[in-house]
Amino acid sequence: MQYTFNWAIIFSGEYGRWFLDGLATTLEMSGISIVLALVLGTFLTVLRLSRITPLVWFAVSYIEFFRNTPLMVQIFFWYFGSDPILPGFFKAWLYRQNIEFATAIIALSTYTAAFIAEELRSGILSIPKTQLEASRATGLSFLQAMAYVILPQAFRIIIPPLISQFLNLIKNSSLAMTIGVMELTYMARQVEAHTFHGFEAFTVSTLIYLSLSLLVSFLITQYNRRFLRIGSAR
Amino acid sequence: MPMIEIHNVNKWYGDFHVLKNINETVEKGEVLVICGPSGSGKSTLVRCVNRLEEIDQGEIRIEGKSIHAKDQDINRLRAEIGIVFQQFNLYPHLTVLKNITLAPMKVKKIPREEAETTALALLERVGIGNQAHKYPVELSGGQQQRVAIARALAMKPKIMLFDEPTSALDPEMINEVLSVMKDLAREGMTMLCVTHEMGFAREVADRIIFMDHGEILERGTPEHFFTNPQHERTKAFLKEIL
Ligand SMILES: Nc1ncnc2c1ncn2[C@@H]1O[C@H](COP(=O)(O)OP(=O)(O)OP(=O)(O)O)[C@@H](O)[C@H]1O
Ligand SMILES: [Mg+2]
Repeated sequence: MQYTFNWAIIFSGEYGRWFLDGLATTLEMSGISIVLALVLGTFLTVLRLSRITPLVWFAVSYIEFFRNTPLMVQIFFWYFGSDPILPGFFKAWLYRQNIEFATAIIALSTYTAAFIAEELRSGILSIPKTQLEASRATGLSFLQAMAYVILPQAFRIIIPPLISQFLNLIKNSSLAMTIGVMELTYMARQVEAHTFHGFEAFTVSTLIYLSLSLLVSFLITQYNRRFLRIGSAR
Repeated sequence: MPMIEIHNVNKWYGDFHVLKNINETVEKGEVLVICGPSGSGKSTLVRCVNRLEEIDQGEIRIEGKSIHAKDQDINRLRAEIGIVFQQFNLYPHLTVLKNITLAPMKVKKIPREEAETTALALLERVGIGNQAHKYPVELSGGQQQRVAIARALAMKPKIMLFDEPTSALDPEMINEVLSVMKDLAREGMTMLCVTHEMGFAREVADRIIFMDHGEILERGTPEHFFTNPQHERTKAFLKEIL
């Protein structure tokens, strides 16, 4: 049987909207996850560099665990398996959300945080020790020195690897369809199921992911070009 | 009561005995110059005073209070002691003004406006009032070091520590930094200066100590030190450096 290409059908009727809805969900899910991953990743890094043994051990185990197990398994764990270990108040909160959406965000941000923590740690280690010394010598506490002196410099250094973590996160977010989050890939699948035009449906979703990634990396480099002009030179 | 009392201080790096039974007293307003060959422990000694390094034996007291006391808040101690390093160590991501206001605002919780007014006055005082909004990389070494001095002074310290503040500078910039330090000394700041600038030592030091292999070998007024040193190694050192 001959396959007839039909691009028009993808954008006719409801289908165009489905793609847009899927894209919106992907963006929202990735956006929230990125912010949470950055916060959590920074927190893990500070623990890891704190020199307080139990905290260091916690951070190291966290990072190794999350980096070395498949994201898909982690998503399933949060969705199907985490019930017995989650505290009551958290579960209560979770059930008031869109549970699939919230679960995907938890999985994506806890996973990405581990990678961000690694990048950030190497960024911090590349800042001369004398910066920490100079700031501590003025009376800043360890956390203040981190917050105002070390981390701002480290973040500037690790912007390229951070961008690729962000892009990975956007791409990884397509796994959320496996637990029924109606994001871009899920919607492409729906369009395919209704139209039997899988080639067109997945081509469109592929192009959307591609443009999204290119756009994000373009915006971040533009932003940095301005932001970094002088401050990072040493 | 003396400003700084260093009492029987010993320190080791592993097997290496870097400070050997150091005793020294610095009065309020006194300028003590520390000199000696490379590796003799000068930096280490100075850095023990604000606990950038910890000592293994003995005691250091500031205005009578042990800096190792359990109830001594280390950040509070450091807020009262300024230090200027050989390599300036300014924060490259912050403007000159922000380099100076950071600690007053975060440690002493001084409001931004007040901190900035103080910072600008300090920059004026060290002769670079017009550079406040530049970044450290845009300044010459001498200017950067003066910013570093202003940054330390912004905390209104009781003591200023200098660890070879002019050693990384081009010769033509050394004097601009030394002159700021001389002003400070005249205004009555208590200062511990590691330096090889013997002209500076002669002019402003109240006392000079000479260290070698972790020991204080010679101590005295500049007069004594330059005209009548007792120890052979002091003589050799002076001969080499003068
Ligand atoms: N963290 C450290 N670990 C091990 N050894 C150290 C450490 N810091 C300094 N030392 C050693 O201790 C000795 C004294 O060092 P210090 O920096 O106090 O000397 P200095 O008199 O300031 O010399 P310079 O004139 O070169 O600055 C040197 O031999 C140095 O190699
Ligand atoms: Mg030294």
